[in-house]
Amino acid sequence: MREDGRVALVTGGSRGIGRAIALRLAAAGHQVAVNYVANEDAAIETVTAVKTAGGTASAVQGDVGDEASVQALIDQVSDTLGAVEILVNNAGITRDDLLMRMKPEAWDAVIQTNLKSVYLCSRAVLRGMLRAKWGRIINISSVAGVYGNPGQANYAAAKAGVIGFTQSLAKEIGSRGITVNAVAPGFIETDMTAALGEDAAAAAVQQITLGRLGRPEEVASAVGYLASADASYITGQTIVVDGGLAI
Amino acid sequence: MERPEIEAKLVDLLVDELGLERESITMEARFEEDLDVDSLGVVELLMALEDNFDVKIPDEEAEKITTVGEAADLVSQKLNA
Repeated sequence: MREDGRVALVTGGSRGIGRAIALRLAAAGHQVAVNYVANEDAAIETVTAVKTAGGTASAVQGDVGDEASVQALIDQVSDTLGAVEILVNNAGITRDDLLMRMKPEAWDAVIQTNLKSVYLCSRAVLRGMLRAKWGRIINISSVAGVYGNPGQANYAAAKAGVIGFTQSLAKEIGSRGITVNAVAPGFIETDMTAALGEDAAAAAVQQITLGRLGRPEEVASAVGYLASADASYITGQTIVVDGGLAI
Repeated sequence: MERPEIEAKLVDLLVDELGLERESITMEARFEEDLDVDSLGVVELLMALEDNFDVKIPDEEAEKITTVGEAADLVSQKLNA
């Protein structure tokens, strides 16, 4: 179903799940700003894919863990497309290690990019959403944040933090027509899970009820639903998209 | 802009943006206690003031506002700065 075109920003939108979300939102008729931090080629490729499919998108550079950078990128989107009405906080990194060996830098980097970014970007778009009395914030969490995962204490802490943030902000601004939800993907076929290696992927599949890894598009469809008019009465929730990994 | 004009415009904003009853608004009225405006409502009012009076209100100054009169003072001060 094609909806009224709104302005959407997908952080970390150039690759993997973010790329699929950008394509999904564009297919629903929204104008999509595809944020990237370093891989401009991938961002341009995603924008091209959106345009080829008949959608509207533009690439916008910025480090979402940095306050000044976030303000600059939000301003850029506002100036070119208009105030952000749908924010998808998707940008994320991993710096996996056993806790005993985890360096403070690995902890800080993951918290900054995966959790602080959610605070910074949400705060930066809220003014426009409050003014419009409408907005959708969708945060990408992870099953690691719901159930934990060895070797990912930093990542799991950030992703669990995203869920607490989602619930708190949902309560703060629910009366103003703004919904805040999270999507927690399980093992999805992306560069991030490819880095785990074949053995780890095969072991993961053993635990997945549907017997396979997920596709980025399958996460994007949950995001597309939460951004749509159909999800108008849903807020503060986390939709787990994991093929039945943890049931 | 003269003070009476600022106050009149402020009252209009409170009625239009926050849905307050015009009769309940006095310069002495406190937002949270007397007018039942929640803390997010005060934030929204300040945004509306910035938009309508074309002024910039820093967070540190915004946090000190508790009454309608104080909001009028701040706008007046910004406009005449």
